[in-house]
Order: sequence, then C-alpha cells, then structure tokens
Amino acid sequence: MQPATPVSTVLVIGSGPIVIGQAAEFDYAGTQALRALKEEGIRSILVNSNPATIMTDEDVADVVYVEPLTVEVLRRVIERERPEGLLPTLGGQTGLNLAVQLAEAGILEQYDVRLLGTPLAAIKQAEDRELFKHLLIDIGEPVIDSAIIHSVAEAREFSHQIPLPLIIRPAYTLGGTGGGVATTPADLDRFVQSGLSASPIHQILLERSLLGWKEIEYEVMRDANDTCITICNMENLDPMGVHTGDSIVVAPSQTLSDRDYQMLRSAALRIIRALGIEGGCNIQFALDPASSQYYVIEVNPRVSRSSALASKATGYPIARVAAKIAVGRQLDELVNSVTQRTTAAFEPSLDYCVVKIPRWPFDKFRRAERTIDTQMKATGEVMAIDRSFEAALQKAVRSLEIDQDDLGWEDPSWAQGGDLLLDQIRRANDLRLWALMAAIRRGKRPEELSALSGIDPWFTRKLARLVAMERRLAAEELTPRLLWSAKRAGFADARIAQLAGTDEADVRHAREAAEILPVYKMVDTCAAEFEAATPYFYSSYDQEDEAAPIEGPKALVVGSGPIRIGQGIEFDYCSVQAAHSLGDAGRASIMVNSNPETVSTDFDTSDRLYFEPLDAESVTEILRHESRSADGTLDTPVILQFGGQTAINLAEPLADRGVPILGSALEVIDIAEDRRRFERFLSELGIPQPPGAAVTSQAEAITVAERIGYPVLVRPSYVLGGRAMEVVHSADYLARYLEHAVSFGSRHPVLIDKYLQGKEVEVDAICDGREVLIPGIMEHIERAGVHSGDSFAVYPGLNLETAEVDQIVEHTTQIALALRAVGLINIQYVIHAGKIYVLEVNPRASRTVPFLSKATGVPMIRLATNAMLGRSLREQGYQGGLWPRQPLVAVKAPVFSMAKLRGVEVHLGPEMKSTGEAMGIDRTFAAAFHKALLAAGMALPPRGSVLVSLADQDKQESLPMLAALAALGFRIFATEGTASFLEREGVEVQMVTKRIGAGSPDVLDVVLDGTVDAIINTPGPAQKEVLDGFQIRRAAVEKGIPCITSTDTARAIVQTLSEGANSYAVAPLPSYRNPVPIRVERAIAGERE
Amino acid sequence: MVPDMLDLPGALILEDGRIFNGEPFGALADAEGEAVFTTTMTGYQEVATDPSFRGQIVCMTYPLIGNYGVTPGDEQSRRPWIAGMIVREYCDEPSHYRSVGTFAAYLRANAIPALHSVDTRALTRHIRVHGAMRALIVSDRAGRSDDDLRHRARRAWSPGDEDVVSSVTTPTQRDLQPEEALHLVLIDYGVKENIITSLARRAVRVTVVPYHTTAAEIMALEPDGVVTSPGPGDPENAQPAIGTVRTILNARIPFMGICLGHQLLALAVGARTSKLKFGHRGGNHPVKDLTTGLVTITSQNHGYQVDATSVPLDMGWRVSQVNLNDGSVEGLEHDDLPAFSIQYHPEGSPGPLDSQYLFDRFIDRVREFSQQRRVGQTLAATPARANQE
Repeated sequence: MQPATPVSTVLVIGSGPIVIGQAAEFDYAGTQALRALKEEGIRSILVNSNPATIMTDEDVADVVYVEPLTVEVLRRVIERERPEGLLPTLGGQTGLNLAVQLAEAGILEQYDVRLLGTPLAAIKQAEDRELFKHLLIDIGEPVIDSAIIHSVAEAREFSHQIPLPLIIRPAYTLGGTGGGVATTPADLDRFVQSGLSASPIHQILLERSLLGWKEIEYEVMRDANDTCITICNMENLDPMGVHTGDSIVVAPSQTLSDRDYQMLRSAALRIIRALGIEGGCNIQFALDPASSQYYVIEVNPRVSRSSALASKATGYPIARVAAKIAVGRQLDELVNSVTQRTTAAFEPSLDYCVVKIPRWPFDKFRRAERTIDTQMKATGEVMAIDRSFEAALQKAVRSLEIDQDDLGWEDPSWAQGGDLLLDQIRRANDLRLWALMAAIRRGKRPEELSALSGIDPWFTRKLARLVAMERRLAAEELTPRLLWSAKRAGFADARIAQLAGTDEADVRHAREAAEILPVYKMVDTCAAEFEAATPYFYSSYDQEDEAAPIEGPKALVVGSGPIRIGQGIEFDYCSVQAAHSLGDAGRASIMVNSNPETVSTDFDTSDRLYFEPLDAESVTEILRHESRSADGTLDTPVILQFGGQTAINLAEPLADRGVPILGSALEVIDIAEDRRRFERFLSELGIPQPPGAAVTSQAEAITVAERIGYPVLVRPSYVLGGRAMEVVHSADYLARYLEHAVSFGSRHPVLIDKYLQGKEVEVDAICDGREVLIPGIMEHIERAGVHSGDSFAVYPGLNLETAEVDQIVEHTTQIALALRAVGLINIQYVIHAGKIYVLEVNPRASRTVPFLSKATGVPMIRLATNAMLGRSLREQGYQGGLWPRQPLVAVKAPVFSMAKLRGVEVHLGPEMKSTGEAMGIDRTFAAAFHKALLAAGMALPPRGSVLVSLADQDKQESLPMLAALAALGFRIFATEGTASFLEREGVEVQMVTKRIGAGSPDVLDVVLDGTVDAIINTPGPAQKEVLDGFQIRRAAVEKGIPCITSTDTARAIVQTLSEGANSYAVAPLPSYRNPVPIRVERAIAGERE
Repeated sequence: MVPDMLDLPGALILEDGRIFNGEPFGALADAEGEAVFTTTMTGYQEVATDPSFRGQIVCMTYPLIGNYGVTPGDEQSRRPWIAGMIVREYCDEPSHYRSVGTFAAYLRANAIPALHSVDTRALTRHIRVHGAMRALIVSDRAGRSDDDLRHRARRAWSPGDEDVVSSVTTPTQRDLQPEEALHLVLIDYGVKENIITSLARRAVRVTVVPYHTTAAEIMALEPDGVVTSPGPGDPENAQPAIGTVRTILNARIPFMGICLGHQLLALAVGARTSKLKFGHRGGNHPVKDLTTGLVTITSQNHGYQVDATSVPLDMGWRVSQVNLNDGSVEGLEHDDLPAFSIQYHPEGSPGPLDSQYLFDRFIDRVREFSQQRRVGQTLAATPARANQE
C-alpha cells in the first residue's frame, strides 16, 4: 500500500451536456464529491460545460470553469491552476475518457498531476475488452466466448465458430452507442459496421449472446487499505440483451438465494481488488437462471448511473465516500452520514424494495424504433420505494408522467390478444410491462409469458397478483379491508376508482373514513438497526409512522420528475436552489421528487426529502401528513414554479383542496395557458400576438387556418417541450396532422397560430408583484419555427435595436404586473417585420434560468423564492428593470442524442428534440459561439469539407455564407440542385448525386467514408424532400459529424470561423462578469497560422 | 396511519405488552421464544436452520421473504430451530431452479408458526429501543383476550433460560475425510453445515463431536487442532463446555473458537460475557482487525458478547478484533498459544464469505504446529542421531 501523499488542489471534470447515457446523475455525483473535498479542506477546480448543474454553482467548487470539455481546454486549466490531483471518475464516460487522453498526451506528467482514485491501468483494464478479459482469466473469473474485432471480415469468421445471436459492444462509447444484438448475418454486418465507427479506437467486442440470462449488478467500494464493501446489488427485470440503463431494475435482487448473492458478491470484491480501484465501481454479471453459471459482463471503474441509483436506493452517499477515498481517507475513518454514529465501512441493509423504470423519449419521437436492446435509449428514469414489489412498481409507473400512467393502460391493437400482443412481450420494448399485464388479463399464465420474454417468473407472477387485485376491485364491494389490500399493492386512488366504477374523490373519502392513510418510513441504510438522523422518507400503507411533521415555518417544493426531452436537468437545478433559498429564509424545505439521478433527491439538499411520485394523490398525502391542522386544512404551502410542467400540472388539483400555493396563483397559470383568456389579456394590454385561436374540431381548425393564412403553427395546449407541434403549410397537411398527432378534447383544445418567421427573443424575469427584474434578454440564432429549447440562444441580444430592447422590457414588465405574477416568468417574443409579438408566457421557471443566472450572476431562483415568501426585490437589494448588461457573450447550444435513437428525424422544427445544453462564454460572440459548438460537439474543423443540400427557398439567402465558407478554404460538396446553383453563382463545388446508388460517389458515400466533416441540409416543404434528406442526416448522425439543419445556425458558424473563433479565453466563470480584463490566449495558434 | 382494524388472525405479543397483528403462513400453532431481528437480506432458510436461532422468534427486516423457495443443501443443520418467523411480505410462489417447495410448507412440516403482513420495521425499532425480549406468536387469536395473551407473553420461555446447547448438538459423532492426515476436532454446540464444509474443503480430517464430549475423550482422538462452534443461548449456561475448552487450551492444542465457541474460550480463560440489548444479527457488520488494520464485512448472529475489560491481558490474551459499529469484542488472540477466536461467522450462510481466510489461517497454524511437534517428537525419539551432528 502506497502512503497517500496529501493533495491540496484537485481538478474535477464534469460530464458536460445531458445526453442519453449521461444524465443528471453526474451532477449529483459531482456536487456530492465537491462538497466532500471541501470538507477535507481541499481546493477544488471544476470544469463543466453544462450550466444547468448545481455543481457549477460558485459555492460548490472553489473555482468553476464553464468551458468546453476538450483536452486543450483542460490543458489550459491545468496550466493555470496547477492542481496536484485529478479526480477522473465523477464525470461519467466523458470525464474518464478525457482523463485518459490527458494522461496519454503527457499533460498530467508535464504538470505533475496525479490521477486520484482509479489508476490509469485500471481504467484501461476495465474499458479495453481484451485487457479486461485477461484480467478475468488471471483472477479465475469465468469469461464469455468472445473476440476483439476490428473488421467485418473478422466478425464473420468468429460467427462461424460461435453461433448467432452475437452481441456487438463497441469499445469506449457512451451508453453502448453503436452496439446491438445480431441474430442474422445481415444484422451482424450492419451492427459491426456501426459499432466500429462508434468506437473511437475502432474496436468492438463480439461475444456469445447470453440472451435470457439474469442481469445482476453490484456497486462496490474499496479504499487504499484494501477494505472492500458492496453498497447494493440490483436485479434487472429485463434479462440480458437490454442495456441496464433501459432495464427495469429492482434493488436489492429478488430471485437470488443467499448462495447466489454471495457468489456474485465475492466475485465483485475479487474484481475491484484486482483492478486496484480506490473508490467505487459498478460490476455487471449475467447469471444463468437454470444453473449457477455466471459471467462478468462489464465493469465501470467510476461512479455511474447505477451508482447514483444505488445511492438513492440505499441512502449510502457513494460519490461522497469515493471522493474522500480518492484523496486518501479510509472507509472506517469516515462517518456514515445517515446514522451519524456508525462508519462508512459497512454494507447497507434495505428493509424495502426499490424499483427503477427508465423514461424513454418515444412520446416525442413517435417514429423511432421502440425496441430496446444493448444501446441505451432512455433519457431519464424514475425510482420508487415501498415495502412490497407490487407497490414500488406501481408507484414507479405513476412517476413516469407518460400517457401510460398506470398499469391498466392498453394499446388498442392488443384488444384481441394474439400475436400483436405477444410480440410486444417477446421483444423488449418500452411498453412490455403493460403488454404483460394485458396478456395476463386475457388469461395468459405468468409462466408462459416468462418463457416468451425471459423475465423471471417471480416478476410475472407478481404482475398476475396485480391483475387478480384488479379483478377483485372490479367485482367486489370496496370494503376497508379490500381498500387496504389495494393500497398496500400500490394502486392509486384513480386506478381503484376506474376499476370499481367510481370517482377518485369517492375512493379518497372512503380511505379517509376508514383511516387508511400512508405512513412515512425512513431510508436509513441499516434497516432500523441503529437510530438515524436522516430526513429521507417514502410512503407505505403500514402501521407506524416515523416522520413527525416538521415544526415551524416550512414549504414544500415539487420537483420535476424524470429527465425527458422538454424537461431536463434545468428544473432540478431550480428545485435545489429553491430548497436552499427556503432554508436561508428560515423556512424548512420539503422536497418531493421521483428521480434518483438528481441533486434534489440527495438527502442533504433539503430539510426533508419524500421520494414519491409527483401526482396529486402523493403530494396531497404528504401535505396532509405535514399539515396536521386541527380542522384538516392542508396548510403547508407549496412551490410549483420550479418543477417544470410536472409541478404546474398540480396547481389545479392542489388549489382545489385549498393548498396555499406560493407565488403566482392558479389564475395566472390559467390565463397563460387558456388561449382565449390569454388573447383577451394581451389585447387589453395592447400587446400584439400572432393571430390564431384554440379550436376543438377539425372543421374549426381549417376555418381558422384559412382566416389567418398558411403557414400556421399547430400544437395541443397543455404540453411541454412543444410535443406534437408542427408548422403546417397547407389544408391537406393540417387535416392529416389533426388526424394523427392529436386527439381533440374540450378541456385540451388544439392551438393554431399564424407562423411568423422572424427573430425570436426570450426573456426570464422575476416579479415581486410591484416590480419586474429582467436579468437579461436572450436572442435565438434560429428564426422562430425551431423550438426554443433546440435553438442556440445568445445573451445579450446582440442584434437587437435599443428601441426593441426597451419595448421588450416594457412588455415584460407590463405582462408580469398585469398577470399579478409573483416569482419567475418566462416570455417568448418574435420580432417580425419590425413588430414585437408575444409567442407565449410561462409563469414559472424556464429551462434558460440556470443559463441566464450563470451568464448574468443574478441569483434568479433565490430572488424568486424570496419574492414568493413576500420579500420584495428591493428588500433583497435589487430593483425592477433590465439588469446591467455584462461585458461578455454567452451562448447556449442545444445538444442532441440522435445517434442513440435509430430512425429518428434529425432536422429541427417546432417540436423539441434536444436532450441537453452546453454553454460557451467569452468576450466576443465568435469566441463564445465557437466554445458552445465545441462543447456541443458541433464545431467544424478549421479546414475541411462540407456537404450542402438546401431547399430551394434557402439557396439564394445562403449564397454569401457558402461563398465565405469556400473562401475559408473549405471544399464544398453539394447535391444536384444545390451544386448547379452554386456553380452558376461561381462557387467552387463538387456535385454528388442525391440518388443513392445511382452514381459514384453518392451523397451517402461521402458521409460514410469520411470525405466530409459536416453537412448542411435544409429540407424543403414537400414531404418527399423531407424523406430525401432523412437518410443523409441520419448518416451524418451515425457518423458523428455535425448535421446543421438551419441556415441560421450555418451562417453563425461560418461567421465565427471568419472572425477567428479559435482564439478563445479559458477562465473561471465569474471572471467573465468582472470588468477586469483577462488574458485572451490563442488556442490552436499553430492551426491558424 | 393504518389503524389496527384489519382483524388479522395472528399476532406477535411481546413481553412488554406490545402486540403486532399478522397473517399466519407457517404452522397453525402458538410458540414462545425470544423476539429478535436479523438484517440479512437473503438466506431465510439458513436463518431458520441455524441452531444459534434456537428458540427465537426471528423478525426479518428485509420485507420480501420466500422468493426463492426452499433449497436442499442450503439448510445449515438437520432441522429448523427458530421458534417462529415474522415478515412483511411472504411470497408463496417461489422462483428458483433449485427450489423444491415453498417456505411456508417447510415451516408447516416442521411445526413452526410464522406471520406476514406485520410492520416489521416497527417491530425492529421496538426491539432496538426496548431490547430483545420474551414473546408469544399465535396463529389465531380468536377467543383470546389481549390481557390473556400478554400474560402468557410475559411468562414465555426464552432460550436464555436454560442450557439450550444440549438440544441442538449432534447426537452422534461424525467423522469426515478420515483419510486426511491433518486432524481437526470440531465440538458441536450448534454448528452450521458450512463450517464443516469450509473445513473439509481444505483437505483435513474433521471429527464432529457432541457437546458433552469430555476433554479426555477429545484428547484421545489426538487432534492436531480443535474448533469450537457457534451455538444458541447464554454461554454461562453451557457450563460443561467451559472446563473442556480450558483443558484443551492448557494442552496447547491449536484452537479456533467461533461465536459461542469464542465466548466459551473467554469464559474458560476467566473473562466475562454479558447480554447485548438486541444482539448482532445480520450480514453487514464491519469488523476491524487491530493487528492489520483491515476491515472485513462479517456475518453475525449473537446475543451475548465478551466484555473487553474482562479479557485477562496478564495471561497473554488480547482483543484482536473489534466491531466498528459499537466497539464490541469480535476476536481474541493469545500472544504465544496457537489459539484465537472470533465472534462472527466466517462461514457466512447467510452472509458474506470474506472471512473464509480465517480457516486457512487456522489450518496453516495447525499444520505448522503439528510439524513442529512431529519434529520435536522425532528429535526426542532419536537423540542419538541428533548427537551425530
């Protein structure tokens, strides 16, 4: 054992923007670790390009860099800060890969930076398939038949020895990008090809398929003293063949005997010891359900999504302890922060069951392949805790916030039972759980379904018990006894009512009359063996309650649930800040959330955490529990502004029950969301809005569209992230849209607005009821028509006239005051033909709040929370109006996960598609924009080739941009139409044919063979043109090169290239805001000269 | 809070008067015993068949019990010894390729009552605060008043009341792998099968002898080493064993004491034992080796402990290992005698197997010692040859 030399400055690399496979869990891990380093008296330097993170708040790390995560940027940070240690294991695969690159580039050695926690050799052994295999053989662990493959030919040869199906696992990729299970020779060729190009080292592992085996994970920790512990094991309900991030997972394992459990646990300890990891790691096993044969599938030598889940499932703070171990502490020296009286050297014992369900984006991507396999597709996940599997499962389903919000949902095509239904069970897909329930309802035995799906009968029999309970609820009188049994199995009141043919309120009243109310149990890491001081609770229909209501002033913050497109980590950021602000204002904060990946569900973020679904029933029960007023009123106030649409949706049901809502009242939300009221409201203020209407029938829709004129923007009301929103150019298409995309309802009409193309501007503001503070105005680079969440946004609005700024400030102030908004408000404007129109008003925190807070330094959530508590802006040292413009430019770049989602259309439109965002901040637009592109993986190389294929209407307008690109030395390839246009205009261009296979090279060839470094492609209005471009765009995505689908974006990119974008600063975030001049370095000087 | 309206037929009645209602799933019978809890998440069958649980009504803190049924080969002794079991959720549809039946059927076949649907966390918290205590489990409380039940619970039999080792020890001597050279005698105070397996796997001859075997009888077997096993009850009630252990120690035979065997060693050398408030039962107890500084996660099942201050340091005994949760004694070691003991269970079953190395350590020591002794005997027998040098 080497003596641990103490380090005093440590560099932490964050995980960057949220993408599929790398979500909020790394903000949680990083934040916890940075706080742990602070406790140890260590100065921490953080680099992360994602502004919507708590870890990049300036009080978490000592020095915060919001800069792109590239080797060059990190080199400059190291040069400037001279850290002694680098903690590589907190920033997911991104952070780990960068640490390896820094080491291999000799940068760590050059600046004498020590890799902490996990040795480089261990990272390589765990990540490199061949090295890993050798390690396993060395320590006597079983190894699956497999081969490391570098070409399709090698793959074919292997398949002659080991029969199909075979699994393809690319080396060094996020969330298994490019992987898959090949069951036919054609599949094999295809997957091997995509796997090889996804792997940065062009290497894949081909292995014997263990389809149908159980998949079990262990979270293991080890310190320098060689003390090893397992934190938790987890069992995937979905057998092998499904990425663990896409599996329904239970903790602890349910179908393992002690013998199985210990066999795998002992193997896990042997592996972490052999790797020599000091910190945490995740080990995945495959276990044959018919023997005790097992294989080690994968090791993640770092904190991971699974370790975040294990932390939340057990209460054990893995990242915190891992950070402390990395800087030399031993497990037995560290206090178990949950019990405060035992040490961190122990293994949590659970006295509940935890269920995690992934949250997939298929509600947004209706055309995506819904089959799930070894390539992760989920954007987020939910977790639920209860004292039975049935209850935990049903609570998790309630937490998903999808149309299938209880297990009673069925697809109409399943009605007949039969093959359509059984197919949904045979193939892993997002709806399989519901299909299993439907099949059981139609008389299938659980064992048959297990045989079809490979899911252990233990789980399918539990589902059968739920169906049996459904039948009882439908057939029997709803006695207190039956009600009690149903609640213990996790049936929501609404579902009971549906089955029993009554109202949700009636069920609730029956429960109240019989005193069937949930109690709250503690997650204490030790199954109640020791007294614990933790404030982490879950509900259960059990006897004894452990969460006595908090005394004194308090407020409940409703979180934002699972990470999904349209509602990302930004809202968790807001919720966490709100909890902190409540605490500072002398109010106990109560957090409710269902997302295990987040900082908000860390047990020390709030004064009390309830890990519960965010539906009206759960939140009401918590409020009832916390209120305990003599007359039964629910007097604990709630904050709904920070939890995105999830929380806003609770405003009505909570207000109905008399719950005090802090900040803007339900009325404000209603005016903003009710098209007719909103129109009246704006016209009274004399503020223009694009003409349009809310309609409830197809005929009405066509009439309105004809009246206002095409193109029109259509969308259902009350949705988030612009789901099902489209720009429609003709009556035909409108009719088709209305048939397929939305269902009419009187409560939820469809909105039709005149589509105004123009400059889009977005404002977030804080209103205390008297004054309105506008921290900044953001301008979108893309014209209206691209969803604001998918647009590049620039602070400050560089292209706005002073008069426009003044008018925006005036409109914003007027609207906020007239609405009587208190707290945050977000307003989107479009400037069309010199006139400013209001597109929408959201009386809540928007996704740009973290970005704007970081750009301007205005603590927006704190101000808003205090305003809701009755403290005016002036009392907080602020005042109304536009906050002084900062001497910087900040650019928010959208980040997409298209490579993970086969069959998804790439080009941008009014429906949001991005999964995350990155921020570039600098002194000039060019530098800031370039950094945003770098951070988002969309930067063009300084020189190279670009494929251009433009719609007719974009050609003329794009000419100067393309000419400039050519002048910069880029080679331009273009499809027929675009090429002849450019030739005519005297721009040098090489034509490639759009007709795939009809010429050489065709348009796909130049993308797939690496000839071009980026593509610019805008689809024309016709359906055929959209389809034409689809393959090109998908090819770009799968090849991992930038795919630009808006000429506005392209123009901005070319502009920054012309203006010398590579000369950017690398500096701590707050220093940009100071007027103190900073040194601007030339980054890639050599390349520019 | 869910009221006690549920009219569940069964109940657990504690000595201090608290009653927990539940649904019976084992034998339809009453049973008396000591209410304790274990935090092990897997291994209910091993728990049931561990003789150290003799006479105890065991509350499983892990709520889902019965999931993988009952497995031949996983039982730790010839029958289950628990007086009863209390769980939150019982699974009567097990799923495991090795399972041959349900846990309920197994308990019924062995006349052991059990309850499910109990708020086991509430029960655990009660025991944590008020201590392990006498209890009565009833499958059907119909026609019986709470007062009557409480009265019976107060006077319930408890394994601490008498010498319970005699009831669990093997009735006959067992000889395993007689062909092996190195010979261990294992005194069975309630041994678990995996201790025997763990020793036998290491290529030694193991003779398992009953509790009442005298020191002279053991010496007559000419053991190279002696292991004293875990077992139930108050070590002070196991008087016959204390003298036996003392004699073996005095004979300088390599000695390994496990759990009750460890407590008996302590008593044999003059240390004291005392009852823990609610014991250590589970698979997650951290133990620190004071010599190496290593921390190991151990499997534990004991209600009594060796008092640290009573360990006779002047006789060369010292505390070698401690529990990180409460600082209690987890191991004793002698400075020069080849003897040591541990309070926890290196055999796991249920629980982690991280301390299996102790069997290696012991057998290495036995082997070393027996070689030394043989060399010594050889030297003594052939003085002439020694003089030739």
